[in-house]
Amino acid sequence: MSLNKFQIAQRIANELKDGFYVNLGIGIPTLIANYIPKQISVVLQSENGLLGMGPFPSKENVDPDLINAGKETITTLDGSALFNSAESFGMIRGGRIDLTVLGAMEVSQSGDIANWKIPGKMVKGMGGAMDLVASAQNIIVAMMHTNKKGESKLLSQCTLPITGLKCVKKIVTNLAVMEISNNQFLLKERAPGVSIKEIINATEGKVVVPDHVPEMILN
Amino acid sequence: MNKVYENAEKAIFDVMDNATIMLGGFGLCGIPENLISALVKKGNTGLTCISNNAGVDNFGIGLLLKTKQVKKMISSYVGENAEFERQLLNNELEVELIPQGTLAERCRATGAGIPAFYTPSGVGTEVAEGKETRVFNGKKYLLEKAFDSDFAFIKAWKGDRMGNLIYKGTARNFNPMMATAGKITIAEVEHLVPNGELDPNQIHTPSIYVNRIFEGEKYEKRIEKITTQ
Repeated sequence: MSLNKFQIAQRIANELKDGFYVNLGIGIPTLIANYIPKQISVVLQSENGLLGMGPFPSKENVDPDLINAGKETITTLDGSALFNSAESFGMIRGGRIDLTVLGAMEVSQSGDIANWKIPGKMVKGMGGAMDLVASAQNIIVAMMHTNKKGESKLLSQCTLPITGLKCVKKIVTNLAVMEISNNQFLLKERAPGVSIKEIINATEGKVVVPDHVPEMILN
Repeated sequence: MNKVYENAEKAIFDVMDNATIMLGGFGLCGIPENLISALVKKGNTGLTCISNNAGVDNFGIGLLLKTKQVKKMISSYVGENAEFERQLLNNELEVELIPQGTLAERCRATGAGIPAFYTPSGVGTEVAEGKETRVFNGKKYLLEKAFDSDFAFIKAWKGDRMGNLIYKGTARNFNPMMATAGKITIAEVEHLVPNGELDPNQIHTPSIYVNRIFEGEKYEKRIEKITTQ
């Protein structure tokens, strides 16, 4: 059975390590915060100027001066720090963020990502995505394997305007965990009950299938 | 020396048509709402606005779009605004979209006497078209330039009569860099206090950058997405 978006978030939470500074993009990536393993501590960065993003506030503690990059009201935690946007992107470009998780419209087998523009249809802008993908050491994409029309989002080449070149390391979808390796999608894990054939059929780019492809473990 | 103005209308007396104006804020958080209202009332047109976002349909920079005062927007993210999208698709509005970190750094460079700088953000994308690139240590970078901005409209939490500013929460965002970058920087604050009341250790924007300051008449502080537990 393919995963829902909560399970994709849950699987990616397994990639977090104690002490990580992490930037979570809008959409599925935001959900990962709900599945951080209890035994580790990670610091969430919100690129509008906060390290140590806490949970949503209670109704009486809503503060219009405290939002995340998705413009949702949030809270600070003990040990949080606030700063300006230049400093925020300084720490991003400076390579201080251990893990960045982003959504995407397309990923290519060489690790290119497209997630900011559909020519003639959607003009919203790249926000901080181009800065994040240009510098992060470790980028995971969280997305559905195919789009609403059923077309593959894992391609030999991106067709949409790209956000960054050769930057994605790993992709977690509703069907599989893939790594970018030698300009190919290396199949690492499959969603419980999903066959290798299904994954290959849903992937337009080149897939490499090792001898053993375990099912994902969701903690 | 007197930097204190009675209100927003008086503080923007010399804003002219076709001016370039930086406006602080991220989404609707930390936007100079009183200055925006005064500018709508004053009615200048042909404006170039440099701001991370373009407000929403009926608040923030969205108000200036509605009245068609804006000729060009320079932003990183402009979703959440139907009127903006309509004007853009009808070619009524020029838009330059740039990566958020590059926007912040271009503001910083403007205020810090740095005409241009190299950044990795946007290499290999549409953003790089027509820009100089250079390789450092085997990695490619883009040359990005400082802005030229007539005014900077800033919102801070507290300010003193000298123009020293302190921001609150994530309402800081682009305000400190933009404060350094306007030929004339106008700050609106929630609390205007006498000199000596702010701890010099805690100042985010030193007074040298601020030409005019006033206490905002009222703050709506609209929230785009109220999320609670």
